[in-house]
Amino acid sequence: MSIQLKLEDVETYIGQFHILQGISLEVRKGEVTVLLGRNGAGKTTTLRTIMGLNPSTKGTITFNNEEIQSLPTYSVAQKGIGYVPEDQGIFSELTVEENLKVAMKNESDRTKERLDYILNLFPDLKKFWKKPGGLLSGGQKQMLSIARAYVNDNELLLIDEPSKGLAPIVVEKVMESIIEMKDKTTIVLVEQNFMMASTIGDQFYIIDDGQTVQNGAMEVLKEDDEMRRKYLGIA
Amino acid sequence: MRKGGEEELDVFFNLTLNGLATGMLIFLLAAGLTLIFGLMDVLNFAHGGLFAWGAYSGTWLYATTGSFIIGILGAVVTGLILGLITERVIIKPVYGNHVQQILITLGLMLVLSELLKVVWGPNQLSATAPDFLKGSFELGGIIIIKYRLFIIAVGFLVFVTVQYVLKNTKIGLVVRAGVMNKEMVQALGINIKKVFMLVFMVGSGMAALGGVLLGPYSGVIHAEMGMEFAILAFIVVVIGGMGSFPGSILAAILVGLSGSFMAYYVPDLALAANMLLMAVVLIFRPQGLFGWKG
Repeated sequence: MSIQLKLEDVETYIGQFHILQGISLEVRKGEVTVLLGRNGAGKTTTLRTIMGLNPSTKGTITFNNEEIQSLPTYSVAQKGIGYVPEDQGIFSELTVEENLKVAMKNESDRTKERLDYILNLFPDLKKFWKKPGGLLSGGQKQMLSIARAYVNDNELLLIDEPSKGLAPIVVEKVMESIIEMKDKTTIVLVEQNFMMASTIGDQFYIIDDGQTVQNGAMEVLKEDDEMRRKYLGIA
Repeated sequence: MRKGGEEELDVFFNLTLNGLATGMLIFLLAAGLTLIFGLMDVLNFAHGGLFAWGAYSGTWLYATTGSFIIGILGAVVTGLILGLITERVIIKPVYGNHVQQILITLGLMLVLSELLKVVWGPNQLSATAPDFLKGSFELGGIIIIKYRLFIIAVGFLVFVTVQYVLKNTKIGLVVRAGVMNKEMVQALGINIKKVFMLVFMVGSGMAALGGVLLGPYSGVIHAEMGMEFAILAFIVVVIGGMGSFPGSILAAILVGLSGSFMAYYVPDLALAANMLLMAVVLIFRPQGLFGWKG
């Protein structure tokens, strides 16, 4: 499988804080790569650095063999990378319809097809089509955020903690939808919920103190109690 | 002889019309200010300068060509061009830094005022309405001054047009989304800086339109007029809610009406009226009437 996204020795500062101190990872096309690690390890910053929201100060980020680390955020997104932030980034006063429309680059048949697909996956969005995004439940907001990133022909989705703050039944729904989307797009997932991460993920990277310290197939991590205990604090 | 009741009704309607006209002028200035602040997070103290430039360029063009329409269009174009230059040269380097924004835009306000004196001289200029907008007419026993009605109509037309664009077009959607979350708009592949430039230009154009309309309303224009109206516009932005376009027209009308009625009935409190109104609104709704709760 070809490498779609590659980070080589990426470093990022936020203000005076040296958050990423050497992130290297490879994301293969068509797979779900999960970034794991303790709180504050640098997982969210890694996604934000890929998007150009916290630009890197060192290292290279390659997407489809093109260096993107110097590009502004909107250019990174235009290359075909969709982003679902940790706080979902919903435009609270815009309706569900408007939240999706603002994301749609065009109204081509392909886009409409993807919109139909995602609305079938998340029927709640259809139900609350004219409701302001700010009035949706946490789970619905998460669905809207994922739908918004998916609706364009993005080749890669960066999804940051989709299970955060959601009820278990909603987590299950979100997890099912991501599994469903696996066939259509490459995904980089930041997730604290190991059950979810291990169910969805094909590959994993563990980030600790701003560095990638372990990686491999998810099956390996599932079997390795010691590694999970050491880096994730779970047995 | 008119009866006391009729006279009072006449005064009431005239004060209302006067307040609405003043409100619409403030709205034209405040609308751009609120969008610029809401979307770009820029405190633009030079906005009043663009208002004054609109007044001078439009009045001069009207006097030169004899066409009021050309005067108005010329003022708007002046506003758009000055807005473009201001955003590219002055504002762009200080995005994200409020202290620098305040300093540089206050400086620009002074420069714009002084440049008016360089071009058109230090004395105030007289401005008159075209013949077809001079005078008044009677409607149901109430005397209505044509030019005031014209200002209200133009203000309302601008509001409806901009509101339509904000609600029904992609660029409007992007602006509304940008007011709420700029970062996310960029993450959706939209170049927010181009949107910033466009909003700044349109806001400046509206301010210039307000300026040229003010001329015949007050009879004279002077270089410092921008600062006087800018203070009212800032009050309107706070009352209406920063970033709220509908909030800006409602607040502008409230400020216009309160100013008009207070000046007639309680002249001693006229100056304090707007501040009191702002204080009352902020006590009960700190985010303003239509403000978006972060």
